[in-house]
Amino acid sequence: MSHRVRINPITCEAHGMCAELLPERITLDEWGYPLLDETPLHGSEVEHAIRAARACPTFALLVQRDRSSRGERVRSPAR
Amino acid sequence: MSSSPTAMTEIRSPERSTPGSPPPALPRLLAGIRPHGAMALEEHLALHGPLPLGRGGRRRQLRERAAMLIDEIERAGLLGRGGAAFPTATKMRAVADARGRAIVVANAAEGEPASLKDRTLLETLPHLVLDGAVIAAEAVGADEVIVCVCETAGQSVEAVEHAIAERSRSSELAAGSPKVRLATVPSHYVAGQESALVNYINGGAAKPTFTPPMPFEEGVKRRPTLVDNVETLAHVALIARHGAPWFRELGIPTQPGSTLITLCGPVTHPGVYEIEHGASLASLIEASGGTTARVRAALFGGYAGAWVGGDRLHGVALSKEHLAPHGATLGAGIVLLLSEEACPVAETARVARWMAGQSARQCGPCIHGLDALASTVEEIVGGIAHPKAMKRLEQLASLTARRGACAHPDGAVNLLLSAVEVFSSEFADHARHGPCESCSRRPELPLPERPVEDAGSRKARRA
Repeated sequence: MSHRVRINPITCEAHGMCAELLPERITLDEWGYPLLDETPLHGSEVEHAIRAARACPTFALLVQRDRSSRGERVRSPAR
Repeated sequence: MSSSPTAMTEIRSPERSTPGSPPPALPRLLAGIRPHGAMALEEHLALHGPLPLGRGGRRRQLRERAAMLIDEIERAGLLGRGGAAFPTATKMRAVADARGRAIVVANAAEGEPASLKDRTLLETLPHLVLDGAVIAAEAVGADEVIVCVCETAGQSVEAVEHAIAERSRSSELAAGSPKVRLATVPSHYVAGQESALVNYINGGAAKPTFTPPMPFEEGVKRRPTLVDNVETLAHVALIARHGAPWFRELGIPTQPGSTLITLCGPVTHPGVYEIEHGASLASLIEASGGTTARVRAALFGGYAGAWVGGDRLHGVALSKEHLAPHGATLGAGIVLLLSEEACPVAETARVARWMAGQSARQCGPCIHGLDALASTVEEIVGGIAHPKAMKRLEQLASLTARRGACAHPDGAVNLLLSAVEVFSSEFADHARHGPCESCSRRPELPLPERPVEDAGSRKARRA
């Protein structure tokens, strides 16, 4: 079972907190919106990712857990 | 766009017409159409035969019949005609297997400015579409059908309203049939996107939503929802009557059957044509009375599509597999020809600006990226671009594509990148020397005359 970060581009308002808290996975584009590395997170990164997701003011950052090959289940970070 | 569908005809692929073996019949969908007005219910049933629906029966029988219908559509190899060419049976099965009573949405939002085929189908053959929707409802176990028509397509709206009334008066059709109703939807580009349509019917704005859940899992009223293009449903109506082997008599193995194409540009009779998949572009142009100017390039798939240069058009056939090597698809069945008199850079700038304006303005990269791309092309047309403007276009393209909730930015970027590739010398020329003589000509690529207002602010009739 692996985890990935995902962004909801509709709710994202380019606050940029995620790039501060998860720089190993997220950089910002020229307009301030996050560019994500969506490959599976390494073990130690999962905690960081969840912390970043919790800090997002619009809850636009999601940590997604792959259940099967479909990989469509999205888990919102525990709040 | 005010041009009316005038030329509706059928085209076979040339290799079919070998002597000795009579070609299978075309037209299929467009059989019996008149230039104006809709085919009445009685005439429709006389032409195609009765609606092949099982009436009533035990739950198990209903389920078996539904499964058989989906199997038949799978054997037919029907692919969706809304642009994505997704296997219809796969989608139906997902809806049928999802929890809860399903709903069918027949999609004729047709936000693509160059496309006329969906409104043509509804204006002329509403009962074929309604048959298909009712059969699809049986296949997925739905008790409700919502026909979504673009609010600016007045004749389509009238034809569907009239057809629904006709069917409700027929005791034979009304019995055991799902409830069928009409919903008019805003005319902007992304309104026809599945999740936007579902959101609008549910009382929200006609704007895409973040998925999952996909409509097949949780759509209208949170029920499993089958959203199918109206042409797809019209094919379903015929497959249910004549079977998969009949459907596969036309077309090619990877893309069986016939399809509707809207042909625009410098031809004698632009309009909607029914072709066999795999028919040549040349045969389509010939059926339209031939070209009226030399063709610089062809745009396949509309404003989310791709250009193919005139020098490479010879021998091009109309199907997924034939267009793939050119990086193009048929999309929702659109072929736009651009004459050599037009300025492709100025045309690209106009369309890029329009596409930027059609953003639902929900996702940052789409709002900023499409605007910056359009501005950069405008600067190139005007000859006031930064020396590295072409590089900047590529950079903006990668910052914009695949970063929205829907595929709108991807489509706009796709079109732009293919324009840059096919018209590279024209782009370089404008960047260096500014506007050309053709820049001030009347534009060729069709765009709606008035800008469409914001989706949320429109008062349209809801379902």
